[in-house]
Amino acid sequence: MKKLLVVTLLLVMGLAWAQTTKLSIGVFEPLNEHVVRVLPKFNELHPDIEVEVRTLGFMDHHNALVTALAVGSGAADVVAIEIGFIARFVAEGGLVDLAQPPFNAGQFEELFVEYAWLQSRTADGRQVALPTDIAPGVMYFRRDHLATVGADINQIISSWDSYLEYGRQLREHGVFLIADAASVASAIIRSDIPVGEGIYFGADGRPLLNSERFIQAATIAQRIRQEGLDAQIGAWSSEWFEAFRRGTVATELSGAWLAGHLETWMAPETAGLWGASEMPGGVLVSWGGSFYGIPTQSQQQEAAWKLVQFLTTNPEVQLEAFRTINAFPAMPVTYDDPMFEEPLAFLAGQQARLLFADIAERIQGIATHPGDMVAEEIFGSAMGQILNEGVAVETALNEAQTLVERRFRR
Amino acid sequence: MSSPQLPLSVRLDRFQRRFAPYLFVSPFFILFAIFGLFPTLFSIYLSFQAWNPVQGLGTMRFVGVENFAFLLEDPWFWQALGNTFWIAVVSGLPQHLVAIPLAFALVMGVRSLRHPLTAAYFLPFITSAVAVSIVFITIFGTHFGVLNQLIGVLANWPLTAWLFEGIRDQLPINWLGRAPYIKPAISILVFWQFFGFNVVLYSAALMTIPREYYEAAAVDGANLPQRFFYITLPLLRPMIFFAVTLTIIGNLQLFDQPFLLTGGTGGSGQAGLTVAMYLYRTGFEWLDMGTAAAMSWLLFLVIGTATFIHFKFFGRGGLETRE
Repeated sequence: MKKLLVVTLLLVMGLAWAQTTKLSIGVFEPLNEHVVRVLPKFNELHPDIEVEVRTLGFMDHHNALVTALAVGSGAADVVAIEIGFIARFVAEGGLVDLAQPPFNAGQFEELFVEYAWLQSRTADGRQVALPTDIAPGVMYFRRDHLATVGADINQIISSWDSYLEYGRQLREHGVFLIADAASVASAIIRSDIPVGEGIYFGADGRPLLNSERFIQAATIAQRIRQEGLDAQIGAWSSEWFEAFRRGTVATELSGAWLAGHLETWMAPETAGLWGASEMPGGVLVSWGGSFYGIPTQSQQQEAAWKLVQFLTTNPEVQLEAFRTINAFPAMPVTYDDPMFEEPLAFLAGQQARLLFADIAERIQGIATHPGDMVAEEIFGSAMGQILNEGVAVETALNEAQTLVERRFRR
Repeated sequence: MSSPQLPLSVRLDRFQRRFAPYLFVSPFFILFAIFGLFPTLFSIYLSFQAWNPVQGLGTMRFVGVENFAFLLEDPWFWQALGNTFWIAVVSGLPQHLVAIPLAFALVMGVRSLRHPLTAAYFLPFITSAVAVSIVFITIFGTHFGVLNQLIGVLANWPLTAWLFEGIRDQLPINWLGRAPYIKPAISILVFWQFFGFNVVLYSAALMTIPREYYEAAAVDGANLPQRFFYITLPLLRPMIFFAVTLTIIGNLQLFDQPFLLTGGTGGSGQAGLTVAMYLYRTGFEWLDMGTAAAMSWLLFLVIGTATFIHFKFFGRGGLETRE
């Protein structure tokens, strides 16, 4: 009798334990720091869901996701995807369309900045992921070089011509305007895009590599290179870090997150010498951002959806991410929080977060096309030809257009 | 019911004698079948399909030889092939031209230092390609790299300044950023990493040459260079044949070093793009698995042809037995 009681007790406990849903979430660094911190709060709200956090390096995470989706197993129930890779996963079949019932993500559309919402939506209206953090594109400038030349930042960014003029003045003092002219081209092609079109592809799926916008972007970058205004240094190289530490570069176009990196490890000794402003020429672009999606192979999509909602639509969680890992929230409602008015010491006391929020709300949405990554590669190669090998803009862009057209023959 | 059966123990004994060997070698064959044979056969199958891996296994579409036709007309594929051959020759040839005299000097010369020196030359071969590439990226840095600092010093030193007349206006050299310099940069790294391996091979071969030959030649009045060219080299032919075959096959598949030095992009104007790199990007970054599989088989054909030509030219000399 006693034995029967014990067995029954164990059985009941086992059943109860089996009732808890076990979810896994796959993230890349540094998102894991944030997720691990807010998980206890999630467990309070949903005691029957247990979450396991799987962390990989940035590239490894995305490559592993491609493999897992290819073979139909091995992906976590919730996956984080960075903006540069979202194009890989918009092809049909990999991620769940969250706009459909029972998720009905459309109800949350108003909560996010417009462009972030559109970035995770495919041209045919499938919502493959929800945005969790964004990176408004800004220009960081050195205040000391500005003072030496005696220029005014607002005048410099009023147009690309005045930006180049600033570069010429800097050159006389032996300072470079920017690390790499190609980043100027990248910024320009991402701005002023007609509604419904992507960066590289039109609404009908036709590649746009030799259109007016691209020619203008390449021409301005070419002028910067020909006049010797850029340092010809690639981003994230050791020379790039050195250039920041030694102050040989006066401006840099990047995401709002760059200040955090500069402050913590790249060039902490330059604190107080920097400022942030909008990009020149009225360009409003996104320079990063992360999303959460649910792979179609997940067996617990409803529970996974609860986790996704918690991480993306909860203002408290978003602000927590901002505090922990400097992840700029995608929800405008959080911008009223007092921490946005905090003066940033690294930027000489500028209330830069208000600037970032303002930019974020004005960035326009761009459609994502599965071929974006290939087109970006080919465009980068064309820019290399134009800037490094002196090939004519029209020739290089026409060649790029042909290459992309051939790639997408299917 | 079978006729007079042998006792069970005897039948079991015979069974396990016949099949035990197969059982013992089966682990290797099972693993080989799963991780070696199956992927090879599957990739042949895949080269005739169009497949975006993110969409799952069921979405493969048969397209016949379209992948191959696309590649043969693809300017980037031909450029990658050209790059691969350029790097293979420019990094491969010096490896052997330097390794043979070096091995000769080591074996004939300083006896006491032979082992430490050989070990020192071999060290680059056993280092991790990733770690080494990262260090070399720093060495090749344009403004702050050690190599450019050295070139700068040598270009200004009166004794060696004349060597740098031609490229004086190109200094400091942008090794990893400009197309003309990427391939030499990769070749330098590949040469540094693999010449030690060839030194070891040639040292081993040189040790097998009987000293009597050299003594006889010395008695006949041959000097050192004559002994080298008329005794050492001919007897070294089998080893040269073997080492060059390895170099051909290895260099044509080059991936690690160009991938790391160019940050995965192939460099400005795809100057550092090798076929293996292009195939990796086509398959895993551009998600066109069918084309990538087709490219791997085209590469196989190229390597096979190169090796075949090599055998045709040097085969007889390499395979004939020495007296």
